[in-house]
Formats: sequence, C-alpha cells, structure tokens
Amino acid sequence: MTARASFAPSPRQQAWRRFTNRVMAVVLLACALTVMAPLFLVLYYLVREGATSLDWSFFTQLPKPTGEPGGGMANAIAGTLTLLAMAAAIGVPFGIMGGVYLAEYGSERANDWIRFTADVLNGVPSIVWGMVVYALLVVPFKTFSAYAGGVALGLMMVPLVMRTTEEVLVLVPQGYREAALALGIARWRIIVVIVMRTALKGIVTGVLVALARVAGETAPLLFTALGNNFWSHRLSEPIAALPLQIFSYAISPYDDWHRQAWAGALVLMALILIVNVTVRVLSRERRFT
Amino acid sequence: MADRIQPNPLIPPAAALPAAAAASSREPPAEVAFDIADLSLWYGSRQALYEVTIQLPARRVTAIIGPSGCGKSTFLRALNRMHELTPGTRMTGRLRLFGQDLYSPGVDPTHVRRRVGMVFQKSNPFPTMSIAENVLAGLRLNGVRDPALLRERLEQALRMAALWDEVKDVLGRPGVSLSGGQQQRVCIARALAIEPEIVLMDEPCSALDPIATAKIEELIRDLRTRYTVIIVTHNMQQAARVSDRTAFFYLGRLVEVDETRTIFMKPANPQTEAYVSGRFG
Amino acid sequence: MNPPVAAPAAPAVPLLPSIRHWPDRAFRWIALLAALAIAVLIGLVGWELYHGARLAIAQFGVGFLASSRWDPVTDQYGAWPFIFGTLVSSLIALVIAVPLGVATALFLTEFAPVRVRQPIIMIIEMLAAVPSVIFGLWGIFVLVPWMRDHLFRWLQDGLGFLPFFRGPIYGVSMLAGGIIVAIMILPIITSISREILRSVPDLQREAAYALGATHWEVIRLAVLSYARRGIFGAAVLGLGRALGETMAVTMVIGNRPAVSASLFAPGYTLASVIANEFTEATSDLYLNALFELGLVLLVVTVVVNILAQLMLRTFTGGASGKVS
Repeated sequence: MTARASFAPSPRQQAWRRFTNRVMAVVLLACALTVMAPLFLVLYYLVREGATSLDWSFFTQLPKPTGEPGGGMANAIAGTLTLLAMAAAIGVPFGIMGGVYLAEYGSERANDWIRFTADVLNGVPSIVWGMVVYALLVVPFKTFSAYAGGVALGLMMVPLVMRTTEEVLVLVPQGYREAALALGIARWRIIVVIVMRTALKGIVTGVLVALARVAGETAPLLFTALGNNFWSHRLSEPIAALPLQIFSYAISPYDDWHRQAWAGALVLMALILIVNVTVRVLSRERRFT
Repeated sequence: MADRIQPNPLIPPAAALPAAAAASSREPPAEVAFDIADLSLWYGSRQALYEVTIQLPARRVTAIIGPSGCGKSTFLRALNRMHELTPGTRMTGRLRLFGQDLYSPGVDPTHVRRRVGMVFQKSNPFPTMSIAENVLAGLRLNGVRDPALLRERLEQALRMAALWDEVKDVLGRPGVSLSGGQQQRVCIARALAIEPEIVLMDEPCSALDPIATAKIEELIRDLRTRYTVIIVTHNMQQAARVSDRTAFFYLGRLVEVDETRTIFMKPANPQTEAYVSGRFG
Repeated sequence: MNPPVAAPAAPAVPLLPSIRHWPDRAFRWIALLAALAIAVLIGLVGWELYHGARLAIAQFGVGFLASSRWDPVTDQYGAWPFIFGTLVSSLIALVIAVPLGVATALFLTEFAPVRVRQPIIMIIEMLAAVPSVIFGLWGIFVLVPWMRDHLFRWLQDGLGFLPFFRGPIYGVSMLAGGIIVAIMILPIITSISREILRSVPDLQREAAYALGATHWEVIRLAVLSYARRGIFGAAVLGLGRALGETMAVTMVIGNRPAVSASLFAPGYTLASVIANEFTEATSDLYLNALFELGLVLLVVTVVVNILAQLMLRTFTGGASGKVS
C-alpha cells in the first residue's frame, strides 16, 4: 500500500461535514419557501376578504357618505384608468424617444451620464415625486387636480421606459441597420420602421410593465390628485384613484370600508397581475439570444 | 513492422529522452495505481468513452495524448469523479484505485477527490485568499487546525511546487497577484498540500509561456518520486519529455498504451504512428 | 465600332444618407430633447425640494437633523425621530431580507433542479409587482394582529432581556415596519444576488471540488467569497429601496414620532410623516419643514443608490437599472 497522508480527517469530522452539507441544503430550501410564502398569503387574503364584496354595485356606484354602508368604487376605478392614460401620454413619448437616443445616437460618455441619471431617478422615492409635482402644478393653480396626478405618475414612468426601451433596441442586431443604410434609406426611417418595429414587442412590454408599476402607486397621488368621493368632471379637479381609495378606507375606523378596501385591492391586484401575465406571454414568444 | 520506422522529426532522438524514461525500463514493475476495466461514459445520449481498459502505474508519470475531442479530459475527470458535476453524465465499467472500487455505492465522492488531486488547464487560485490561504485551503477543509502543522505543510507544498523561494516573503499577498506560471504552481501546491495519492493534470501548461512551462515540466519529473501523475497534454513533445508511459486516445477509445519511448518510436498501432508523426490531429 | 461610352458622372448625392437631411435632424433633436428631459428632471426634483424647504432651512439650520421636537402647534420641527425611524426600519428590513434573499439565490443557483427554477423566479417577480398599499392593507389586518398576538409575544418571552424586546406590545411598531419592508425588498435582493452568483466562474467551483470539498463547502469557499462584494452591493441597493418605502410602512409602523430602544414601540419614518401630514400642514413653516424632510430623504436615498450602482457596476456591466 502506498503511503497514507500524515493526517486524515477523522470519521467524526467526515460525518460532521456530511451532516452540515445536508443541513444547509435544507436550510436553503426553507429560506426559498419562506420568501415565496408572502405572495400566496397576500393573494389568499385578498381573495378571501375581497371576493365576496365584488358585486355589481361595487363597480358602478360611488362611495357612500362617511359611515354609511354600501356604495362602490366606480369613480376610483375610472380615476385610475384616467390617470394611467395621462401618465402614458407623458411617459411613453419621452421614455421611448429617450431610449431611442441612448440606443441610436449620442456619445459613449454622454450616454453613460444620461443612463446614470435615469438610474438615479428610478431610485427616487415616489413620495418625493408627489412633493415635486405639488410644488409645480398644485401650488401655482391653487388646486389639486387629475393633471397633477397624471403628471406625477408620468414623470415616474419616463426613466423606467427609457431604460427598458434602450435595452430592447440595443438587442436588435447591427446587421439590420447596416443593410438598411446600404440601401440608402434615411436614418430616422431606419430607426422607426426597422429597428423599433423589430423591437416592438419589447418596447410594448416595457411600457406595460411601467404602467403596472405606477398603477399601484399611492404616495405620489396623495397630494396631487388627492382623491375624490364623487365623479370628477374636469381634469383640473381632484380625482379618485384605486390605491388612494384603498388607503383611506383601510385606515378608517369603519368595518364596511375595510371590506371595500379589500375588494378594491383585489381589483387592483387583478389588474396588475393581468398586465404581468400578458407581458410574460408576449416575452416568451420572442428569443433574441 | 520494424521497417516502417522513420525518424520522427518532432521527437528528440533516444539519447536525448530524459533519463527517467530510460530508467523505468530497468526498475522493477510498478504497483498498479488505477485498474480500469471497460470504462464507458455518456454525456446524455452522446457517448464520450468506449470501454477503456487500462492500468496506470503508481509513482510514474503517465501522459494521455490524442487529438481534440478524443476524450482524454473526460477520461481524466472520471478518475476523480469530477464528471459527476455535469448533469446527465452516465458511466459504466470498473475503476479501482489501489484495489478500492471508487464507484461502489458507499463511496463518498469528496473522499475520492481528497485522494486524487487535480490541477486544471487554467490556473484558478481563490481570488479572495492569500497565497498561504490558497495552499492551505484543502487542509483547513479537512479540519487541520494546528498552526505548526499548517506552517510545515505550507512550506513543504510550496517547496515541492518549486515556488517556496519565490514567495516565502510574500505569503500574505493575494493568490491572484502572481504571474500565470506562478499561479499555476500555487494551484499545484494547493493540490499537493493535502497529500493526495494521485495528481491529475489537465493540460497544465497550455496557458503558460515556455519558461513557465519548462519549470512545471521539471516539477512533474520531480513529483514522480512520491506521487502518481496522470497528465493530459496536446503537446506531444511535452509528453515525450515528462512521462514514463503514454496512452493514445482517439475518438473516445484507448488506441494504444505503452512506454513513452515505444509509443513515439515504435508504436504498434498504425493510428498511433500517424498521430505521433504529425499526419493528423 | 461604337464610340466609347463616357463613364457615368459621380453621383451628386452621397450613397449614405447623412444626418444633414432635415427629417433626420428633426428626429435626432426630438430624441435628444427626450433624453435631456432626464437631466432636467433630476435638477427639477432637487430644486423644488430645496426651494420648498428654504424657510425651514433658514429657521432651523443644521440642528434640524438632530432635534427631536415635532410640534406643529408651536411651529417647532426636528427631523431626528424620523431619521431614526427610517434608519431603524430599513436596517431591520436588511437584516431579515439579505440572508433570506442570498439564501434563496443560492438555492436557485446551486440546488434547484432546472424545471423548478423558472416557477420560483416567477413567483418572486410577482411578489415585486404587489403595490405597497396592498402590502399595507394586508399588514394592518393580517400581519400585525398575528404579530401582536403571537410573534411579538414569543420574542418577548424568549428575548425579553434585551432592550429591543421590552415594553408594551401594540402590534403596530418599528419591527412591523421593518418586517413588511423586508418582504418588499426581498425580490430585488434575490434577483441581483442570483445574477452575481451566476457570474462566479465554474472553474472556481471545480477548484474547490477537486480538493475534496462537500457542496456546502464549495459554496462557502469558492462561491460566497468570490461573490462577497457583489452581494454587498445588492444589500446596499436593497437599502436604497427600503429607505423610500412609504405606504406599507405608514400603515403598520404606528406613526408616533418617538425614539425608543424597543422594537415593539411605534415609530415614524421620513416618508410616512410626509404622507400623513402634508395635506394637514397649516403653516408655511410646517410645510417647509416637511419639504426639508423630503430633501433629507432624497439626499440619503440618492447617495445610497449611487453607492450601490458603483458597487454593482463590475458585475452587471452598468445595466443595473432593472426594476425588479
């Protein structure tokens, strides 16, 4: 027999190492399960508490006066959709064109700064956006308004859409651009008709993801859109929104409003989940890599 | 068959072959380190090794040569059960290390890898550790705590890797701060520190310059006094320089294995002859 | 024989369209303006907050940050309780979320079979999509009562000798705020950690295996030590997120500007006090003080985020602007 090593791990050491190995595998699994649990818990309670309150009146009626049972969130749902439309009106053009600039034009250094700034903006707390738009649009006009709320959400969308658009455009192979250039097509046409068209799915999913993000935002609306217990007839008036309504109902002392808060939360979550699933389905069909 | 011999311009003449190669024919027959029978290996549905049967002698250097894709690295990795890290691999056949079946159900792969060390093609010292910590990593894993013992093994391993004089004053420097050749020798020291019975080397010099390569080849020749070395190389001159025995693999099969001199000067198999005379590969 | 045909004249228009054509120029300008909007926005944000806070800055100076007086009646304002609350709740969130997130990332990269990975990743991404206010709602009616009746009691029974776990239990508390923020930053910590762990070269793992290490030892030796810096960057990024969380925190933290050693005591964060009191601010100074709080929050968040970006740049190559 050849020489044995001058040391060798004792059987106890070996057993301990094997034991530790197995225990850690179980611990890691437990951690993964713990991380997944909250989603299921939240969804479960949303359905349990909210589903029973989802009736026709919930979707069609306005909130009843304080303390009175019944009523619905029709204005909040409509308000959220209105605000999202306005947010898109700002976020989509600026975001997409900004992304186009980053992907197709500009210099290395300048673009690095722009990207860096966009990332910084993405990290700004949403309540700060509310404060900024308050100073910009609420104070001068002396009124809370849907405009202010829409602008706040829209401004939040811009850096988000910009980055996702850039990421998708960069994935379009350079060969397409070169082939088009060689055919003598104008640069802007190449970008719009060829590059953006190729990346369209990615751009759309990026916009949808950003919309889903801002749809759930409450903080920026607290002092811009403010909320409204009635229909808004003008965009220069305060407007209701689902997250705002959920918030004010949840912190109220009335059980009936709590019930409705759950229902509203279920509707909001369903909206967001639908968008996310749509995005996932759209993304699955296309593989660039 | 003797008339077919032509002097191979790539291989140094017999007189220039290292004395070790000549000496091995005068030494008593070596003990068998690895006894391998009908080893076949699949990656998923693709078969990579076909019924390889070979005996690798102890305290000798055996080189494994062959063109790219012939299975030599796969074979090497089967010797310390490293192929099991790739999902979907399957192996049949028998592989014994000093009489012990390495693949029998009760055997722990980590145990196997302690006895059969490995040096990789690209040096891979742990970047967050110093030179000393790198070399001692295997020892610490196995529970050695005594500082005196650790110091002794550190010096021993670095001396064996012919690196002690170069790094003895800078043992605290990060392992990755050394040159490529030095890093590879750190990896060799790391493998030697745990006193394996076998040292596997997978093209250890392919990423190194000629000077570093020469140092490592000298090291390999010195190692054979205490260790069994199996080295995979695509460089035939290297195989001729360092090894006692050479095995030629082609398309997943062992074509021929014999003393290095024989393989390079009088190979029995025409395929071997074609490869070593540079006609393909 | 025909006379030689003259070679065609060189084309008057260059073969490649240059940017000098006006539609091209207009398009480029539009794109540039949109990109510059970003720079304008950041300037706007900083300016508006500063401008809105100038009265308070002039009035209280630097002492604002250390003062604990928050009294709208006498117009005395200090930021310390809110800074304290923000820091403590974020720290609690990190202490919970970083180990859990890294462990989950390890599970995904080292242990999970391939088919199980995608569903788990999807679930974690869905968690990231849940709005803050819904977490808050669930927090108020589900999590906080459970913590008040069970978790906090166990903690007090077992660890009550520590100052952190003494004092009356209301349910709404600093600890509740920290836990709910932990849940919300788990997805980003997990996903960034996963990217970092995936970037550890296989060669490192093999080096450890070849020394006879067990799977867990390989993780400890080769993977985690290699990924140390990146994971720290992920933690800092998570901190940046935690600092800015508003709604869920407001709903479960108790909203009392008190500085207490007990984690069961109610607290107040910068974002929460702004959310709660902004529309009730009666005086100009009051509103300015809230703006100043917002400015503090902005500065701290931006600095932390920049730090995180710098730390993660080597791993994700600068493309770390991902949201979830």
